[in-house]
Amino acid sequence: MSFDNSAVSFDTGKGILTATISGEIDHHSAKSLREKIDAELFYLRPDKLIIDMSRVTFMDSSGLGFIIGRMKNAEEINCGFALKNPGERVKKLLELAGAERIFNITEEKTIKGEKR
Amino acid sequence: MKESTKAKKTIRTQVNEMRLAFPARSVNERAARSAVAAFISVLDPTLSELSDVKCAVSEAVTNCIVHAYRDTPGKGDIYINVRIFDDHTVKITVRDKGCGIENVEEAKTPLYTTDPEGERSGMGFAVMESFTDKLTVLSKVGKGTTVKMEKRLGVEPDEIKKTDGKS
Repeated sequence: MSFDNSAVSFDTGKGILTATISGEIDHHSAKSLREKIDAELFYLRPDKLIIDMSRVTFMDSSGLGFIIGRMKNAEEINCGFALKNPGERVKKLLELAGAERIFNITEEKTIKGEKR
Repeated sequence: MKESTKAKKTIRTQVNEMRLAFPARSVNERAARSAVAAFISVLDPTLSELSDVKCAVSEAVTNCIVHAYRDTPGKGDIYINVRIFDDHTVKITVRDKGCGIENVEEAKTPLYTTDPEGERSGMGFAVMESFTDKLTVLSKVGKGTTVKMEKRLGVEPDEIKKTDGKS
């Protein structure tokens, strides 16, 4: 039986690897997400890694560590990094940690017809 | 006889209580925060308040799993007590019987972590402090840690009420 409370899907093109996370990012789910994203990142070695947060329904400080970890890994292989569509809750955590300025944050108005 | 003019101190009354005990396994993080959120939902909190409480509980429980029982992974229990008062205050206690914290003030420092390799952000206590009205941490090395959080709900006037919005 799987107890995963999150999932990640990948999209590649023009040297960009987009990892779209859906569900909850906590200490439990971060481990599996980390493994899946790092595997794709180090295999594909794209020019840029985008983590799409628009389908994230919950995140705690474990998610902060997870995001910073992916950014560091991207830097390690000279890959750009951006955080796409973080919701208000994610932004609140980033601000609390003073981390909002270290990320390249992109916003997209419409995601599959609806913005969260 | 003349009545006393001394102002009466407001005494709040406990109206409900929930007690939870579960093994310190990461799979239970979600269950813990969801159970607390469900229990306090009778107070009709705003979405923001509910998210604050869920996040704070998640931080406290994760600390127990990552740090308190780090020498005995998978063993040991976490105890949560939630009390609701008639002034819409909730008091949440998250307790473990793990290794304890040597220096609580140091542990509460934002970005401080004893586990940098584990991609810990060191923001757990800062989140609990920021997302609740009051945080108290009591700890004894070798005995365990008790985190007490307090938050008054339904006091954010400009927020959309949970029951008004689509989930």
